[in-house]
Amino acid sequence: MKKVTQNSINEIHEGYKLKKWSVEEITKEYIGRVQKLDPKLKAFLTTAFDEAILKARELDSNLRKDEEVIERKPLFGIPYGAKDLFSTKGVRTTGGAKIIDNYVPPYDATSIVRINEAGGILIGKLNQDAWGHGASGEHSDYFPTHNPWNLDYVPGGSSSGSGAAVAARILPFATATDTAGSARCPASFCGVCGLKPTYGRVSRYGILSMASSLDSIGHITTKVEDSARILSVTAGSDEFDATTTPAAVPKYEEQLTGSIRETKIGIPKEYIDGVTPEVREAIKAAARQLEGIGCKFVEVSLPHTQLAVPVYYIVQPAEVSSNLARFDGNRFGHDRQTFGDEAKRRIMLGTYTLSAGYYDAYYRKAMQVRTLIREDFSKVFSQVDALLGPVMPHTAFKLGEKVSDPLLLYLEDVFTAPINLAGLPALAVPCGFGSGNLPIGMQIIGPQFSEGLLFKIGYSYERVTDWHLQIPPIAQNVYS
Amino acid sequence: MVSAKYESVIGMEVHIELDTKSKMFCSCPSEHFGKPPNSQVCPVCLGLPGALPVPNIEAIKKTQLIGLALGCKLRDFSKFDRKNYFYPDIPKGYQISQYDMPFCYEGKLDYLTEFQVKKMVRVRRVHMEEDTAKMIHIDGASLIDFNRSGVPLVEIVSEPDIHDSQDLRDYLKALIRVIRHLDLSSCDMEKGTLRLEANVSVRKVGSNDLPKYKVEIKNVNSFRYIAHAIDYEFSRQIEILERGETPLQETRGFDENRGVTVSQRVKEEANDYRYFPEPDIPPSRFPEGYVETLRKQISQLPQQAAERLKLQYNFSDHYVNVLTNSPEVLMKFDRLVASGSTHDVSPDEIANAIVNRRVDISLPVEQIIQKFVSAKVTTVTTLDISTHIKEVINENPKAIEDYKKGKKGAIEFLVGRLMAKLKGRMDPVSARKILEQTLQDK
Repeated sequence: MKKVTQNSINEIHEGYKLKKWSVEEITKEYIGRVQKLDPKLKAFLTTAFDEAILKARELDSNLRKDEEVIERKPLFGIPYGAKDLFSTKGVRTTGGAKIIDNYVPPYDATSIVRINEAGGILIGKLNQDAWGHGASGEHSDYFPTHNPWNLDYVPGGSSSGSGAAVAARILPFATATDTAGSARCPASFCGVCGLKPTYGRVSRYGILSMASSLDSIGHITTKVEDSARILSVTAGSDEFDATTTPAAVPKYEEQLTGSIRETKIGIPKEYIDGVTPEVREAIKAAARQLEGIGCKFVEVSLPHTQLAVPVYYIVQPAEVSSNLARFDGNRFGHDRQTFGDEAKRRIMLGTYTLSAGYYDAYYRKAMQVRTLIREDFSKVFSQVDALLGPVMPHTAFKLGEKVSDPLLLYLEDVFTAPINLAGLPALAVPCGFGSGNLPIGMQIIGPQFSEGLLFKIGYSYERVTDWHLQIPPIAQNVYS
Repeated sequence: MVSAKYESVIGMEVHIELDTKSKMFCSCPSEHFGKPPNSQVCPVCLGLPGALPVPNIEAIKKTQLIGLALGCKLRDFSKFDRKNYFYPDIPKGYQISQYDMPFCYEGKLDYLTEFQVKKMVRVRRVHMEEDTAKMIHIDGASLIDFNRSGVPLVEIVSEPDIHDSQDLRDYLKALIRVIRHLDLSSCDMEKGTLRLEANVSVRKVGSNDLPKYKVEIKNVNSFRYIAHAIDYEFSRQIEILERGETPLQETRGFDENRGVTVSQRVKEEANDYRYFPEPDIPPSRFPEGYVETLRKQISQLPQQAAERLKLQYNFSDHYVNVLTNSPEVLMKFDRLVASGSTHDVSPDEIANAIVNRRVDISLPVEQIIQKFVSAKVTTVTTLDISTHIKEVINENPKAIEDYKKGKKGAIEFLVGRLMAKLKGRMDPVSARKILEQTLQDK
């Protein structure tokens, strides 16, 4: 079999059409990569190799009968991994938490149903901070995942396994959730592309809820093009999720190539202050490159940016405390003392802020400030089409460096949380490397339902840069 | 129970399971009586990780119809809230309910008692929530049946306008009549589609202040027992108040065998349910004109039907009350009148037959009409009765005095006198009932 070199859906599909490889061969190729690299990365919690090979054979037989099937099924024969918060029928789902280490869902999350129907092949469940609580992956109740660019560093969280696995090219794509950066942070730390769609764009049904009013369902890919293609599959209203919107779903992957000349992009000054010099330089360089292909840049202000983290750490634990109440060990899982420290911390915070006498001072006040943050964005989007800024204030940090200081870790969300509080879409794209050869990521933020524009800007940026083609040294031997 | 010095102050919380096709937040069937345990469940009503609630529009509409029928105001903007508490019968660790924005609020129920007394109870709010699963305790094990989990439940909260067990019976009868008329629920206590909670306290007659404590009576499964429980509480609380003490704020149940209420849980402070807006369900907005469309659906309510019967036939309150007691009776009456007009049978005769003769209305219309034609029935009118009662009272002052002193045997004598005047045109049980009521009201 010839080797997959790009880790992209298009490349795999071209190979199917030219009969360079079969679905079974591709599936086994990726399974082989997982077996080779995952002992170092620790990105997988559960594997489903046997089921994957069975499905691959079934798809091969479909393809033999009908070559057009690839045109109808946008993810035909593409192996993928799912963050462990996604319910997968018959495949253990723990959300990274040991309290439910024996839970096997009887149903698939809506987005898993849609990906599988589009031809995706689930090969395993991916590590994460338990329940989505964390920005480093170290709050997994099982083990931390390692950054493929340097195994001593964190891959970012909470979708730590998703970021590390895609960056190491052991998966073409992985699902992710984003409640305050959980898809974008690992994408940024691992040098890949992470999408946080508009709130309500992708169904939350079947995905273990973290904070219901903030959870967005996205994915991590090596390229913008693949991200667009996957969103076309997962997006759209769902009769099982009342917060999804009926807004039409375009074929995002067909709208990538239009001109972005005259697109007005703002750089929020609050997002440039307080970041490391190398991150600031990388964002400025990215702006210059986009300017070179016709975008117009202006400086804008989002004055309530500093309030986003405090508001987020009121609203989110409140919802977490209620959403985790169902894990009582009565019907499955273990009793509540099995919760990890971070989950216990958030349950206590949330229980406190929702208590009689404190609700008005905390939760209600936070919801009012949340409105101010949302208004910051709507004002800015009357002046510009999109915003550009860093995902994280710095590159990945060392494993163990911040894990003992919860507050320091909470501050990691400073540029990601505001987007979730406002329900907006954002696309994280690699834009450089800092010291120690660690990736830097930028995020393109737009008004609600502007994913098409974000993909177009990201795709145009990829055409003039090669950051997205860089492969971590550890992964280079998978091609040999 | 009569006491010159004290009166009960009772507010009712009535829970009604709505008769909808599917559950409140998922598509499982809501009819669960007698179904094999856990045969009507899905990830949503089992509260499995990741499952989300999608509200049932039909259930919301039916709740609003109840609100309109009880004269409530309807919100054009409303929402669901989470009521957080732990119990094995709520699989999510919270119940989806409504906290500060119930669909319906500030209504009242006007009604006539069976003795034609006009009464009114104010309705504080009518809101939606989801039913819990059912716990069954067998041989030291607790089993949970989730068929009931997520069935739409309406809670009707009254103001404390009820003052004794008779009041309570009258209010509940009237309330159930309205809901059955709208065909929204079977309101069957045995099947659990109707559940009652009473908040009872006692105050001095003449005081308009609400007592500073209340006793919650819960888990009582029949009309009769809740009436007993309330009577029992009245004496129990008076005894405590007479000692100069204040009854405990607590939840009590009713021991059917001993006929007494028993403490179940003492509330030291109000439960903290940590209510907050349910983030999985967007708030509901009801467009202009929506409420008017709903209002049109409630024209056949007892109240509206009663007005029509009075206007059309000039019937007494008592007649109207009986004829509007159930939708079946009302419909049959209307059809009998239509058929009777071609056989020279008047609406008055038909009404008499239904009210006083208890004619079997399940028979076909033609058959009933034929009975009229073959043999005209002797009837009494309410005017006759009240005239005769007055005569009996005036003619027998000694017996009346005995009765009031508590000589219960005196009533038999009086009933006998009344029956003689009515020449057997009324059964003795009804005669005694009306006579007793008249004497009590005096």
